[in-house]
Formats: sequence, C-alpha cells, structure tokens
Amino acid sequence: MSKIIKAAQAGTVESCDVLIMIAPADPGAGIQVELISPTMQQYGTHITKLIKETILSCGVQDAVVHANEKGAMDYTIAARVKTAVDRAIG
Amino acid sequence: MPKERLRRAMMFAPGNNPAMLQNAGIYGADSVIFDLEDAVAIPEKDSARNLVHNAIKYLKYPCEVGVRINHISTPWGYDDLECVLEANPDFIRLPKSDTAEDIKEIDEIITKAEKKYGFEAGSILMMAAIESPKGLRNAYEIACASPRMLGIAIGGEDFATSLKTSKTREGRESFAAKSMLVYAAREAGIQVIDSVFSDINDNEGFTAEATLAKELGFDGKSCVNPRQIDMIYKVFTPSAKEIDYARRVLAAYQDALAKKSGVISLNGKMIDAPMITRAERTLAYASAVGAC
Repeated sequence: MSKIIKAAQAGTVESCDVLIMIAPADPGAGIQVELISPTMQQYGTHITKLIKETILSCGVQDAVVHANEKGAMDYTIAARVKTAVDRAIG
Repeated sequence: MPKERLRRAMMFAPGNNPAMLQNAGIYGADSVIFDLEDAVAIPEKDSARNLVHNAIKYLKYPCEVGVRINHISTPWGYDDLECVLEANPDFIRLPKSDTAEDIKEIDEIITKAEKKYGFEAGSILMMAAIESPKGLRNAYEIACASPRMLGIAIGGEDFATSLKTSKTREGRESFAAKSMLVYAAREAGIQVIDSVFSDINDNEGFTAEATLAKELGFDGKSCVNPRQIDMIYKVFTPSAKEIDYARRVLAAYQDALAKKSGVISLNGKMIDAPMITRAERTLAYASAVGAC
C-alpha cells in the first residue's frame, strides 16, 4: 500500500496528451477524479475508470485527481497517471 | 525480430511525446528508436520512460522498435532499462559507448530481464553509438562484446564536440571516423548506421551525407524527421543502371562457366570474384527492397 504525500503532476496539455494533477486525500476518501476532456460524452466514463484503476494498481487508495485530457490514448493516460503517482508518493 | 534485416532508415522519436510515439510507425521507416536521452529534459526522464514502456507494450508497430536509453553512468540509465525491458523492445541502443564493458553489463541486465519476463533468450538486441575517440578506438571490441549486437552507429554531433570542432555540412570532421566504424562493423560481422543530419530543411546536404554514407559502406542512416525517410531510401536503393550492370556481370560469369573459361570479361573489362560478389549482393539487396 502506498500513500500520496504531496501534490504532483505529469503530462502536458499538448494534443494526444493528458495533464494529470494528483494531490493527497483523507484516508477513506477514495479516488476522486475531476476530468476535463473534449470527448467527455463519449469517453468520460472510460477515462475516469482508467485513471482510478491505474492509481489503484499503484497501491494507492485515496487521492484527488484533476485530469485535463487532449485526445490521449489509454497508454498515455496510464503512463502519465503512473508518473504522477510515483512523483506524489515521494 | 531477426538480427539481420534492412535498417536503411532508423527514425528517432522523442520519448516524452505521445503524438510522435504513437504515429512513429506510419512513415515507413525500417526501424524507429524511442529516445529517452537527448530528446528528453532531465525533469521528465521518469515520465518519458513510463510513456515509452506503455507505447511499446500496448501499441502495434509495423517495424522494429528500439529504445535509446540514457547511458548507464547517468542517474537514469539503469531505471530506463528496468522500466522499458518489461515492455519487450526489439533492441536497446546505448549512447556514448566507450568500452566493451558497457555492452557486457547491459547484456547481463537484458539476459536477466528476458528470463524474468519469459521472453525468448537473446531476443532483445543491442546497438551502440560511438560518440568519442575512445569509443572509436574500442569500436571493434564494442561490436564484438555481445551476440545481441546488431550494429554500431556514429553520433555525429557528440563526436564533433569531442574532437573540439564542429559538425560540417560536408562531414569532414567525421570522415575518418566513419570509415573506421565501417571497418570495425564489417570485421565483427554486424551492421553500421550513419548519424542523423540535424538540418531538416537542407535536403541537398542530407542527400549528400547519405550518399557518402552509402559509398563508405554504411547499411543505413538515422533520421529525426519522417521527410528524410524517402530520401534515405532513394540513396540506398540500387538504381536501374546498377541493377542492370549487376545482371550483366552475373550473365557474363554464367557464360564463362558454361564455356569453362577462366577469364570473365564484360565490354572488354575483366570481371573477377569481388565484382561477382558485389553483383550478387546488389541484386539480393534490390530484391529485398523491392527494386527488382
């Protein structure tokens, strides 16, 4: 199990990328995701789920996440989330 | 991926740029190299290796995919290897290779990774970029340091800097080095790849450098822009005239064999064994690239 101890970010707002900003949350708060995406209607649920699953796979249970997505594919979203988590767990 | 294959154009893509990574395969390069080294800023080394790992693991590419890691003497090299090997790249390219020991150490790391992840033993290849006089002096030993070695290359900009000079459009500063690399690669039985040409707007200069590389014996050339790929292919593809000549040489050879003649001539010029070998090689190469 890992804990987010500081705010961190990864990625960019360039085309095909996603900017992930992650911050600590209270224990038990779960993973809260706020997403901005040009494809919110079509893929919003999928992207949110992917972000949560990636964070959980890193062993983190609680986090506040802001994601600004610019047409990023799943592999990019997962990579940026992993990097942000690694930077945030110190 | 087979060790022996066409590597005429090896295109670099910056490892921290998703748009370039995911599109790298559409331009027709024989190989793409995802760069974690010079194309990635220091604060983003971690981000780039995660992105490259995922791109290789989850996307399908129609060509060979390699990774240029940071040198293992830097704070990032070992982490690059630990991260990207799990994705099973076709090869690892080590920049600034100075000694055979560098290659042997990375070979061992790759061997352990192949075993850990259940990849075919020996399947992940290596290449080494020579970018200094020391590396050049050790080029043959570097080329022979591992059975994974598919080729050696020259890093033109760093090499010029190490000589305390500048890279010239004509490549004067690297002419001798390029020839020595070809000798080392041929003696070791592996390929040799020319450096990138940084000015993407100078087509004439690029073509001239690629032509020189071909004439010196290089197997291919690195590039940084998709526009350069077709220019490389044009240079490295045998011309119709070369193909025709090769066919006539082999026809003269067959004719001499049929007549049990020890002397082979074509248009009054004597044809001997090396020329027959070159003709066979030209036709095989032309066939491989679809030129005949």
